[in-house]
Amino acid sequence: MFKDVAFGQYYPTGSVVHRMDPRMKLLLTIMFVVAIFFVNTYFGFMITAAVLLAIILIARLPMLSVLKSVRAIVFIVLFASLVNLFMIKGGEVLWSWKSLQITDQGVHTTIKMALRLVLLICGASLLTLTTTPVEVADGTESLIKPLKYIKVPVHDIAMIMSIALRFIPTLFEETNKIIAAQKARGASFDTGGLIARAKAMLPVLIPLFVNSFRRADELAFAMDARCYNATENRTKMKVMKLGAADYVGFLLIAAYFVAIMLDRYYFGGVMDSLIFGGLV
Amino acid sequence: MRAIELKKLSYTYSKKTPFEKRALDNVDLAIEEGEFVGLIGATGSGKSTLIQHLNGLVKVQEGEVVVAGMSASDKKSLKQLRFTVGMVFQYPEYQLFEETVARDVAFGPKNMKLEKDEIDRRVRRALEVVGLPYDEFAERSPFELSGGEKRRAAIAGVIAMEPKILVLDEPVAGLDPVGRREVLALVRKLHEEVSPTVIMVSHYMDDIAEMADRIVALKEGRVVADGSPQEVFGEREKLAQAGLALPSAARIADKLTERGIELPRTIVTPAALADALAEIKAKRAANEPAAQDGEREDGENV
Repeated sequence: MFKDVAFGQYYPTGSVVHRMDPRMKLLLTIMFVVAIFFVNTYFGFMITAAVLLAIILIARLPMLSVLKSVRAIVFIVLFASLVNLFMIKGGEVLWSWKSLQITDQGVHTTIKMALRLVLLICGASLLTLTTTPVEVADGTESLIKPLKYIKVPVHDIAMIMSIALRFIPTLFEETNKIIAAQKARGASFDTGGLIARAKAMLPVLIPLFVNSFRRADELAFAMDARCYNATENRTKMKVMKLGAADYVGFLLIAAYFVAIMLDRYYFGGVMDSLIFGGLV
Repeated sequence: MRAIELKKLSYTYSKKTPFEKRALDNVDLAIEEGEFVGLIGATGSGKSTLIQHLNGLVKVQEGEVVVAGMSASDKKSLKQLRFTVGMVFQYPEYQLFEETVARDVAFGPKNMKLEKDEIDRRVRRALEVVGLPYDEFAERSPFELSGGEKRRAAIAGVIAMEPKILVLDEPVAGLDPVGRREVLALVRKLHEEVSPTVIMVSHYMDDIAEMADRIVALKEGRVVADGSPQEVFGEREKLAQAGLALPSAARIADKLTERGIELPRTIVTPAALADALAEIKAKRAANEPAAQDGEREDGENV
């Protein structure tokens, strides 16, 4: 149980992508996510895939680790694809049965949507695969700092985020321990109907909650004992600095962004007909 | 009769990832019924992985695990296996979840699908054995007990299944000296009255030396020593290599030997140490009845 939660879990290889400034990686991820919603040609998807592939190679990540994150959304993609396939009307009718029909526009929209979702998740998982949760939290804090001026408790939010992230592995470990202990007493979690299974989780959830509250209490106490308060001017142990790799990364993603925009608004599908001919 | 048999057992965590770690490496081990085995080893030596193989909590990757005639790889006998091997994990009180102590203890027997009368009998017996009188504790919430009581309630939850083999992982971790003594006495009692075969994992060498008839030491997933406490703790160099400490009695004996009172390396318990010293004293008294001062000094060293 819970073995597949490794979705986008940090995968250390020490590559140049891993060493990049988390702030830059966050920004670039946001840029990438925005750009991918502008992609509407197959040529655009090819560029996107090429960019992702390049990053994966530079980061020395195994393909499998990236594909694992895709596995988590396979059902959503399949479901959305089916709905799209039958709902979108327009263009030539390719197949029909009673009130159901598939049109060529429907096919294209469906393929593009599926590609967009899969590439989106790949791109987003590249961030978490190459950046530790703590770095993500630090980067986020730094990026949302301007909100301080409209009285948003930026530091508190960041602290809550880091603590939450910090305790995810602890909770998993603990959950697994409790599951093992209850299994050892003959509990089974994978037999019976939905209600029986939900009930079977109680012996796990109750101790988990009790222990979490106890732990939260202890943590608060320990932080108090070290005079923690969310004042300004706290310094960081790790100072984030932009380096050459960050600028190169920025240029790469910026170029990708421009390419997507040009493809959509300037060429407008010319590349598709050039490459795929009559198919599109 | 053979209670447990491990044949060429190997296990690797997170295979094919950068986190890959070999936890067990070709472990061969046979434990007879009625033995009290102390399992020792530094952190990360594979003790936990080994014991979790015994009731099928960890799937066998390579090798074979046979417990009371059942193979741990056989899915059909998995439940039966778990009722045969009672497993008390570290900090077992973190597994308590029911509203009352009695209902929590009944969780295991209920999963065994026993008759109601039998469940009641077992709950009563388990609570009495661990020293929590039924009438006083049965209806209390497990969350309002003291630390030592919680632990004993959790142990009761395991022994209510009346397992033939009892495995305890650091049963005294985090307890105060009184709680520790009580739980150790309880483990000894369980060995005599409930589960004939006991495997106890512990970092406390004193406890292991006192209680176990046989010690198995692990290092990096391999068995590096296996024998009586006297044999295992006698091999000082090997033990140090495995990153393991000596029981205090053996450490005192070593210090005394350094200072000129020759003591054998087979001393591992305070009782054995006291006996050896008394013997030396008697011998000296017989040999040189005049040298009373030197004798007193020896006595003070102890």
